[in-house]
Amino acid sequence: MSSYRVDEIHLTGADEHAATALAHHFDNLEQQREAGSLGMWVFLITEIMFFGGLFTGYVIYRTQNQASFAYASSTLNWKLGAFNTVVLILSSLTMALAVYFAQVGSRRNQIVFLAVTAVLGLTFLVVKSVEYAEKIRDHHVPIQGFWHWDQAQHALPANVTERSVQMFYWIYFAMTGLHALHMIIGIAVMLFLMYYAYRGRYTPEYHSPVENSGLYWHFVDIVWIFLFPLLYLLGAHLTHGGGH
Amino acid sequence: MNPPSLPEGAPTPRPTESRVRFAHTNYINAHYGIKSWLLTKDHKRIALLYLGSISLFFALGGVYAMMIRLELLTPASDLVQPMTYNKLFTQHGIIMIFLFLIPSIPAVLGNFLVPLMIGAKDLAFPRINLLSWYLYMIAAVIVVWALLNGGVDTGWTFYTPYSTTFSNSYVVATGLGIFVNGFSSILTGLNFIVTIHTMRAPGMTWFRLPLFIWSHYATSLIMILGTPVIAITILLVAFERIAHIGIFDPRLGGDPVLFQHFFWFYSHPAVYIMILPSMGVVSEIVSTHSRKNIFGYTFVAFSSLAIAVFGFLVWGHHLFTSSQSVYAGMIFSIISFTVAIPSAVKVFNWTATLYKGSISYDTPMLYAMGFIGLFTIGGLTGLFLASLGTDVHLTDTYFIVAHFHYIMVGGALMGYLGGLHNWWPKITGRMYPEGWGRFSALVIFVGFNLTFFPQFLLGTLGMPRRYAAYPADEPVWQVLNVMSTAGASILAVGLIIPGIYFIWSMRYGKFAPANPWPATGLEWRTLSPPPTENFAVTPIVTWEAYEYRPVEEMRVIGVGDGDTSPPVQPAHGTT
Repeated sequence: MSSYRVDEIHLTGADEHAATALAHHFDNLEQQREAGSLGMWVFLITEIMFFGGLFTGYVIYRTQNQASFAYASSTLNWKLGAFNTVVLILSSLTMALAVYFAQVGSRRNQIVFLAVTAVLGLTFLVVKSVEYAEKIRDHHVPIQGFWHWDQAQHALPANVTERSVQMFYWIYFAMTGLHALHMIIGIAVMLFLMYYAYRGRYTPEYHSPVENSGLYWHFVDIVWIFLFPLLYLLGAHLTHGGGH
Repeated sequence: MNPPSLPEGAPTPRPTESRVRFAHTNYINAHYGIKSWLLTKDHKRIALLYLGSISLFFALGGVYAMMIRLELLTPASDLVQPMTYNKLFTQHGIIMIFLFLIPSIPAVLGNFLVPLMIGAKDLAFPRINLLSWYLYMIAAVIVVWALLNGGVDTGWTFYTPYSTTFSNSYVVATGLGIFVNGFSSILTGLNFIVTIHTMRAPGMTWFRLPLFIWSHYATSLIMILGTPVIAITILLVAFERIAHIGIFDPRLGGDPVLFQHFFWFYSHPAVYIMILPSMGVVSEIVSTHSRKNIFGYTFVAFSSLAIAVFGFLVWGHHLFTSSQSVYAGMIFSIISFTVAIPSAVKVFNWTATLYKGSISYDTPMLYAMGFIGLFTIGGLTGLFLASLGTDVHLTDTYFIVAHFHYIMVGGALMGYLGGLHNWWPKITGRMYPEGWGRFSALVIFVGFNLTFFPQFLLGTLGMPRRYAAYPADEPVWQVLNVMSTAGASILAVGLIIPGIYFIWSMRYGKFAPANPWPATGLEWRTLSPPPTENFAVTPIVTWEAYEYRPVEEMRVIGVGDGDTSPPVQPAHGTT
């Protein structure tokens, strides 16, 4: 039995194509679109609460270890972080354009901008991997038995404890790691959308998957907008605005 | 028109003598085969999948409960070793809370009834609904796997640093199970919220919604706001255990009390995930079986939301004896008292609904009345614990154990059983045996009180929870413990009886009419069991919720709300 039942529904636009996009339990496409959109917003609320736990941990431990967090932050590569911030803001623009072209029904432009968004996401992940590789090389991953802080290379100031630096790095990896996982899922979603856009599934009447995936993509970007200053820019005064 | 939703000339179910099959095509006999169940997107079938699986885990959790009670029959730790005992109460808690109580009413009755009550064909996301059942099953398999390999001994609370550093049991695996189960819960809540917002039938305005829907809406809010926090907390515990990263470890600059804050930020509201759906069920039952409009509909509806909101602001009352500041404690104490207000609003309104009603003491009503009494005791003893000074004496004693069992068993479980009886005719199309139903409801009530009331006394005497042994030179302690174990045995018998007759009734029970009680909700205006698409035509709602008439009037002019069908004879004699 087909999952779409065309016979029972009111054909709003008298459009055969739109009718097949309507799931059997909705009365019309408008209701279906509203449900999908609200579903995504509710999902994003759960995501906020999910990241919220880590942000709370960050706030508490930063309050307790102000100096250490500022110092540890200055050992991150803020230039790469800033570059990634620009990449993600650009990707939000291309995502918005992909949604626009889905709305107006331009299949070619839709696919192009979805692809650009995916490539920008990938760029972000490559840069992130470079940063991670650097930290792994320096043994700055706070796993017992792996962590090692070389005082000769990075001398700790007087009011900074290695323990608190370790805590900062743990929060850094937890937050950016969770964010990167969301980016990977987002890129997979882009590929999925490109495939169905290529098949001609999205029309001006029915394109809510593109819209809702756009909401998700913007959300992941916004998380990074918060992460960048909180993690990379705390210790800028220590290095006089320079990286290392 | 003969109930509005029936199609013209729809065949009526055959008379009750027939034990063969239903005359009409419904969601149960529309498709056959194991695949038609495991790949179904029908909310009614998914509800039954949940019913089967959570019943299994309820039985398993019950076995653990009996082993705990048997150990406490004698003062010495003789039946099991203390280490084994630690695992028994941990597994009992984890299975009962995460695999039974959290999904119980929402995933079974909510799944089945939310679309029916609002006049929709299905939940907004049928595939996600099925996915949530599979996630539940994956979680259950992981938890059982950990259990078979030796289980976990941290208590269901997973307090750090014991869980992260010292425990030698399957903390990570069990945590992973709870993590996955959380997503199942989130998806259920998400589905309900979107469905209630976007799928209501024409004319089904917010204030015509059954109170069952309001309470499920409030529950869903807690599910989507609270569950992600426990998910990230469990991840942190797992990372800490595997990599020793130190976020909750004081030796590495972490704070174990932060874990308690995170844990209770979810786990206190989680109590309302368990009790709010029961409150919705009780509102339906009380109104239906006393044939009266619910007293103060708006207040009952908003009290559900108030409980959901306040519930997020009281977690600190679990930390009165931790390093939390006294000032924070005072504030948490005051807010905890305010939760009593919406809870009391509900209790008073149910009582006022019963006042001068045509009350019929059917099984669902017995459970609803049990709920009102037991929940009141559970709630009032909660106020003892919300008081800073009293709590210091009572914390971690059997007083706490008795208090939350009055809420979770006396409240949530009574509501679940009452709801299951109330909608059993709709779910299966068969009546359960009323005599056995009333009998087992009474057995459960007696058994429950005999089990847990003595524990209030034990707690005030100072008996701590989570110990396999207690002093033999306190004769009163053993007397009370023996009473409690005896009560648990009676409770077990009382719970096995419905298990048997529910299964029996699926094959041999009398056929249920479309509206056996009769009730006014939309779910009763379609066939029993409902067809796959729920309603042949989308109903248009022109009446308020709970437009009940007294039973004498009903016998003359029918059910009410414009329905001109012949007078309905209640399935069970109403006097």
